[in-house]
Amino acid sequence: MKYRELTFKERLYIFEVFKGLRLTSMHFFSNMKRHILRQLGFRGIEKGAVTFQYPEERRPLSPRYRSRHRLTMRADGSPRCVACMMCETVCPARCIYIVAGEHPDPNIEKYPLRFDIDLGVCVFCGFCVEACPEDAIRMDTGIIEIAAYSRKEMIYHIEDLLQ
Amino acid sequence: MMALSVDIAKVLIVLIGVLTLAAILTWMERKQSAVMQDRIGANRASILGFRAFGLFQVLADGIKMFVKEDFSPQTEHRFLHTLAPFLSGFFALIGFAAIPFGNSIELFGRVINLQVIDLNVGILYIFAAMSLGIYGVVLAGWSSNNNYAFLGGMRGSSQMFSYEIAIGASILGVLMVFESMSLQTIVRGQGDLIWGVIPKWGVIVQPLGCLLFLVAGIAETKRVPFDLPEGESEIIGYFVEYSSMKFGVFMLTDFIETVLVAALVTTLFFGGWQVPFLLADGFHFPGGLHLELGGLTVSLLQVLAYGIKVFFFCWFLLLVRWTLPRFRYDQLMRLGWKMMFPLSILNLIATSLVVLWIR
Repeated sequence: MKYRELTFKERLYIFEVFKGLRLTSMHFFSNMKRHILRQLGFRGIEKGAVTFQYPEERRPLSPRYRSRHRLTMRADGSPRCVACMMCETVCPARCIYIVAGEHPDPNIEKYPLRFDIDLGVCVFCGFCVEACPEDAIRMDTGIIEIAAYSRKEMIYHIEDLLQ
Repeated sequence: MMALSVDIAKVLIVLIGVLTLAAILTWMERKQSAVMQDRIGANRASILGFRAFGLFQVLADGIKMFVKEDFSPQTEHRFLHTLAPFLSGFFALIGFAAIPFGNSIELFGRVINLQVIDLNVGILYIFAAMSLGIYGVVLAGWSSNNNYAFLGGMRGSSQMFSYEIAIGASILGVLMVFESMSLQTIVRGQGDLIWGVIPKWGVIVQPLGCLLFLVAGIAETKRVPFDLPEGESEIIGYFVEYSSMKFGVFMLTDFIETVLVAALVTTLFFGGWQVPFLLADGFHFPGGLHLELGGLTVSLLQVLAYGIKVFFFCWFLLLVRWTLPRFRYDQLMRLGWKMMFPLSILNLIATSLVVLWIR
């Protein structure tokens, strides 16, 4: 890449310094004005900062946002999952572990005895949701705080995922 | 006895005032940088649910600094290692003794000069104190037994040495114009008017000197555009081996020096405690308008004006610190020796010619 030669005025540096100072002080004064007006109780003034004060104030999530998984349920409360292993197969992180069992209903072949997702390994790619033929797994809980004290606690079982 | 108690009162006022301002500056630095960058800044420290815009953060920081483990490195210079932060802080603080924060006032039948000591070589005394402050940096770097701290100390000494010369040469013009080295006399001289309208402030008669002094002053505080001794992203600097309040003193020294430079700029170039057109008996505006004011009101107004000016320059120095990127070390040296020093000498020659010509 070719850079533009600096002009003499730019190389003097001092004018550029004052240009920069003007920019930052303009930010300071306009934000300060907004902060003060809002503090004084004026409504309808734009916020002086882009900060979300996190635990109290949350950022709105996009509807497409991939948050923690959940397993959808049938009307009777049993999981919709038919243990077809599609998600387990497609998972690039190999974090899904399913044990299938035979379903008493002859119209439904199988159901998951175990359905574990190791969220410590999951890459939140959403392939499992795409692969599922039954719309049994979704990533729309909006839960983004997933933390635990041990790796074992990061493994979510079917009971956790069904809620 | 009375004189002694007055002196002690003045010392306490200046000391407490400066330390409070320095502590507030730590809060201001966070909040101001946040507002400049469209953020909110530290606001979580609270007492009984009161947050006071994060002002308690200063208190929380202080408590944290005091109760942290004081870890010292394996070094045979334990004494110097402990001495260094105190030297830094001490020499930054004693400079304020010669800075006048108001005209002399008459209180309880005696004239009190609002200045801790009216030295007739006040400016030399302040620069001596500032130069001795280098010892804190050098000793800290040298006694830490750490290569990075050593590098920081070396950088600090060469940088302050270079800019000490520019800072000294840049104020010679002011000393010539006001024909004194006592800061109180310089400030009184700035109360005059040029052609009856423009206040004869240092910045009006010495614009180049003011700019040079400001730049060299920022370099003296070792803060961002000139923070090579610290070099946060590369060597951490001379205080890398310090913890707890020893580190806190270094941190505080940075802010005390910011206040010192702000106070010096105000005193030398922006009229000190002078309010434009305010004389001992009230305002005398050009055009014959006269507003009568009592002697004590005038004095209070002047002290207030001084406080506001110093606060403004503290704000300005923080603005500079949060706007400009750092220099490279060779750029720093080039700026110091090849630009600031010759320019200040040029300023000196031009000023002396003008002073001669006016006589």
